[in-house]
Amino acid sequence: MKHFSLMIRNLTRRPGRTTALILLTAFLAISVFCGTIVVSSLRHGLDSMENRLGADIIVVPAEAESKVSMKNLLLQGTIGTFYMDASALKKVQETEGVGRASAQVFLSSMKADCCSVKVQIIGFDPENDFVVQPWISESLNRPLSDMEVVVGCRVETDVGNNFRIYDRSCRVAAKLASTGTGLDTAVYCNMNTIHILLQAAEEKGISHKIDTGNDSDVVSAIYVKVLPGADPGVVNNRLNGHIRKATAIRTAGMITEVADSLSGVSRTIAVLIIAVWVLALIILLIVFSMMVNERRRELAVYRLLGMSRKMLSGMILKEAALCSLTGALCGTAVGAVLVFPFTTLIETSLKLPYLTPDGGNVILYACIAIAVTILAGCVASARTASALSRVDPGTTLREGA
Amino acid sequence: MQLRAEGISRRYFRKHGEANYFEAVRSVSLTLESGTFTVLNGKSGSGKTTLLNMLAGLLIPSEGRVYLDKTDLYALEDKDLSGLRNKRISVIPQGRSSVDTLSVYENILLPGILYGGAPQTEEAENWMEVLGISGLRNALPAELSGGELRRMAIARTLTASPEVILADEPTGDLDDDNTTVVLTAFQQAAKAGKTVLVVSHETDAEAYADRIYHMNNGTLE
Repeated sequence: MKHFSLMIRNLTRRPGRTTALILLTAFLAISVFCGTIVVSSLRHGLDSMENRLGADIIVVPAEAESKVSMKNLLLQGTIGTFYMDASALKKVQETEGVGRASAQVFLSSMKADCCSVKVQIIGFDPENDFVVQPWISESLNRPLSDMEVVVGCRVETDVGNNFRIYDRSCRVAAKLASTGTGLDTAVYCNMNTIHILLQAAEEKGISHKIDTGNDSDVVSAIYVKVLPGADPGVVNNRLNGHIRKATAIRTAGMITEVADSLSGVSRTIAVLIIAVWVLALIILLIVFSMMVNERRRELAVYRLLGMSRKMLSGMILKEAALCSLTGALCGTAVGAVLVFPFTTLIETSLKLPYLTPDGGNVILYACIAIAVTILAGCVASARTASALSRVDPGTTLREGA
Repeated sequence: MQLRAEGISRRYFRKHGEANYFEAVRSVSLTLESGTFTVLNGKSGSGKTTLLNMLAGLLIPSEGRVYLDKTDLYALEDKDLSGLRNKRISVIPQGRSSVDTLSVYENILLPGILYGGAPQTEEAENWMEVLGISGLRNALPAELSGGELRRMAIARTLTASPEVILADEPTGDLDDDNTTVVLTAFQQAAKAGKTVLVVSHETDAEAYADRIYHMNNGTLE
């Protein structure tokens, strides 16, 4: 029987006390791990959105804002069926301070026999696009052909399958990586394809035409990148002045708004984690303090038999570390079961871009949660270890404490 | 080997009473030689246990010194004093002295393994047999009677086979037969060169003793 066996016996033969300690430390680990994963996923989602967005300004038809929130358009990919004259693109490109401008056309499929699934369809111009194309290039390293689509990661189909939209068959060329937003449920195609689909939708009685009466002359949104050195605010004002029946909106404001929301959520989560920690640490301290009296006689025997104060403190700390390690491992595992299967629910509830970190980072956060929990257990037991190691064995045993 | 106390006293402070302290042991000098079985008797509260604890390195005297050969016990660091208590001095205290999470057998082997030594299994088996607790080998202390717990503590000390055995009322919970067995074992240990001190307020042990001291009101007579 070695020292480790002694510790194991001390722990296993006091199942109530040991279980209480493991549960408390598991509770700490769950709060740290889940909190870290949620906050990190929100930050990751915001980073992903910022990296992918690329546009400084979005120009949409004037009535668009009454149909869909621009923030949702940007963040959640909630597209609307609004259109403006395609000549707006030329006017945008000619506006002073505009570096690049790229148009997109939006269309929604229907939940009906003519369509495989109800999805948002986004037509873009691969030659001029700087918003979707860089992201698509990560999954498809060739130009998108006519009647080919690229689908978001949450669209239920596979590469090579045919996809039916308004009775037109589109081949799935690639599936995109997760963005943590509603764009993960969208379908992307080139301008030729979207106009074929617009025509098909027209045949089904879904009108999208504006005054021109010509499908090829409509766009839904124009994404603008300003020239280096140009002030996006000034360019935005110019666009609002030049283009009739359209509204130019700066994306920075929307990102800031989201970042603010994210900070608010992160702060709330941080406060909750701190509250859980304070509570759990107080309970841990109480539990360890109660142990001072409960174990006084037992530890006096160890002193009597020749254990030094240092050895005794070490044994108590190691026992606490062992309980904390068990609790931390269990807590992190339970945290993973709680947080990962409910990613979509969390994303929907928070209404913020939410992108789970990659495996390496998840392992790193798990290790941090485990280390922090063990440290907390040891810190909480340190006072008790010190108090118990100073027990006077002669008096304690005589008193029969 | 010699365990020697030189003018040791122990005072306890107290809030009530005529003086603000109580002197449990008053300037006691005592030498315990190896190969002797010494009995220290006296009434309850006469200071016997306090003296034993000071001799064992468990209680710092208010005055005086305790030497094991030439080593001043209370000049040692805690680590060294603890090591010495583990290897050279064994105490059988008055109250329960079991680790309740360990079985009887594990409790008996405990001193030997604290510093990484090999378990003294043969000695343990032998003393458990002699003291009649072989059948309780795997029992936990909570399942034992006071007398069985006492015999377990005695078996632990005899298994560790230290140079000095200090026993505080070792036969208090025992019947006549077991008292005889235990006192005979101590006597044999003394004959084998150990230093044995038994503190008792009863007279049973005196028949086995080489030397008898009487303690009265903190002083040795």
